[in-house]
Amino acid sequence: MEASSAATSSVQRTAQAAERHVIPVTNPLAVFWATAIGKKVVMAITGVIMIGFVILHMLGNLKIFAGPDQINAYSRFLRTVGEPELGYGDALWIVRIVLLTAVTLHIIAAVQLSRMSWAARPTQYYDHRNVETTFAARTMRWGGLLLAIFIVFHILHFTLGAVGFAPGQYEDLHVYQNVVAGFSVWPVAVFYIIAMAALCLHLDHGIWSFIQTLGWSTARNEAKLKVISRIIAIVIFAGFISVPLAVMTGLVH
Amino acid sequence: MNLFLKIWRQSRKDAPGEFKEYQVRDITPDMSFLEMLDALNEDLNARGEPPVAFEHDCREGICGSCGFLINGVAHGGQRGTTVCQLSMRFFKDGDRLTLEPWRASAFPIIRDLVVDRSAFDRILQAGGFISAPTGSAPDANAILVPKEAADTAFDAAACIGCGACVAACPNAAAMLFTSAKLTHLNKLPQGQPQRDQRTLNMAAAMSREGFGSCTNHGECEAVCPKEIPIEFIGNMNRDLIRAAWKRRREPLTLSESPKDER
Repeated sequence: MEASSAATSSVQRTAQAAERHVIPVTNPLAVFWATAIGKKVVMAITGVIMIGFVILHMLGNLKIFAGPDQINAYSRFLRTVGEPELGYGDALWIVRIVLLTAVTLHIIAAVQLSRMSWAARPTQYYDHRNVETTFAARTMRWGGLLLAIFIVFHILHFTLGAVGFAPGQYEDLHVYQNVVAGFSVWPVAVFYIIAMAALCLHLDHGIWSFIQTLGWSTARNEAKLKVISRIIAIVIFAGFISVPLAVMTGLVH
Repeated sequence: MNLFLKIWRQSRKDAPGEFKEYQVRDITPDMSFLEMLDALNEDLNARGEPPVAFEHDCREGICGSCGFLINGVAHGGQRGTTVCQLSMRFFKDGDRLTLEPWRASAFPIIRDLVVDRSAFDRILQAGGFISAPTGSAPDANAILVPKEAADTAFDAAACIGCGACVAACPNAAAMLFTSAKLTHLNKLPQGQPQRDQRTLNMAAAMSREGFGSCTNHGECEAVCPKEIPIEFIGNMNRDLIRAAWKRRREPLTLSESPKDER
């Protein structure tokens, strides 16, 4: 405190000198994006969009336990929702465009911020001990990369039927049959479960992290919010892996 | 107490550094960590070797001069304590301690355990002030300050700018420091007129100085000798969103880096 108040007079003099060299901010959003905080806020907001999607996706997947008719009808519903104002599949495409924008911004910001952080400490510590951070927080970057690879595979697999199926095995809109056939290939199911574990870790840190970044986490509620995000992450993980596990154990066939 | 020390020795900014091992004897538990280093330096002086350079001023935990890593933890690991206030009873006889300076590209090493933290000064210069006429003292209570705002601002103003937050951060980010300085002024009524301008300028200065980006590890908060909470980082982010979105009749300005002018 003493140091900062003593420094104030010289700080003010320099600030007045610096005030002669000012640039008007014509586009505050450009400046926002140029700062580390702005990019971090973009990551938080795009993260919220993706968390919302992941929760709905997980709930949709659980329809497989209601039988083939239910989940196949749900898949048709996703394409016909909004008719007649929207054409067939339009609603789905709107969601896809929003998600694609979110994931692109999330990845661009993550890459730029990671490079900024790596450049900020060119010489590593000889000895550094972490006090507070978690495994989930430390694996955000590489876990995120694994998730990006998984998402590409997942779209090629279940959305397009381009990989992981015997020729002619994949049928559009036959979700139930496709899932059973897809997860019957054990390496695919194992990769799916590993990716969901990475998602669980990513969300364990990510859900609380967006709350913190957007300024809702306080010293008083931080511990509770961390528990809530962990519970949400675990529920999402359990919901997703229940499907490949059910296929592998023959519960869904 | 006898201790084994492994200390980073570097003669000047761009010189290569290395760890050197030393032994200190007859240290009493009521000595402070810096007094222990004073004892080592007396020994080194007597032997004609260059003493270990470390920064210090008040030795009361309020100036923010001292600080280095002890066994990988900034300020040594006792919560809410600067290294000058850390007493030797925190350690055991025969302990092996590694002393390493803050490492960040924004904090170049000047010598041994001393780093140049003027990047912090330039962040402050960008907006860590209020422009007010400084005449006679204003009437008491002329400006009403809400109790909660006063308390929050006071907690934030406790930041001594030691740099431990940057040192402990896996990303070498200066978010905790900058957020403390911003929260201090942005929470008070006196800080309102320049609030958006200040936030934008200090956030831009922080990026310009080459600090990293926060990933919410919470390491900064854990080593902060003044126990500044990361809640303030959330406040700062909110204020930046406000600064970027609020519609104004006149544009904000961005001050150029004082670094470039030199």
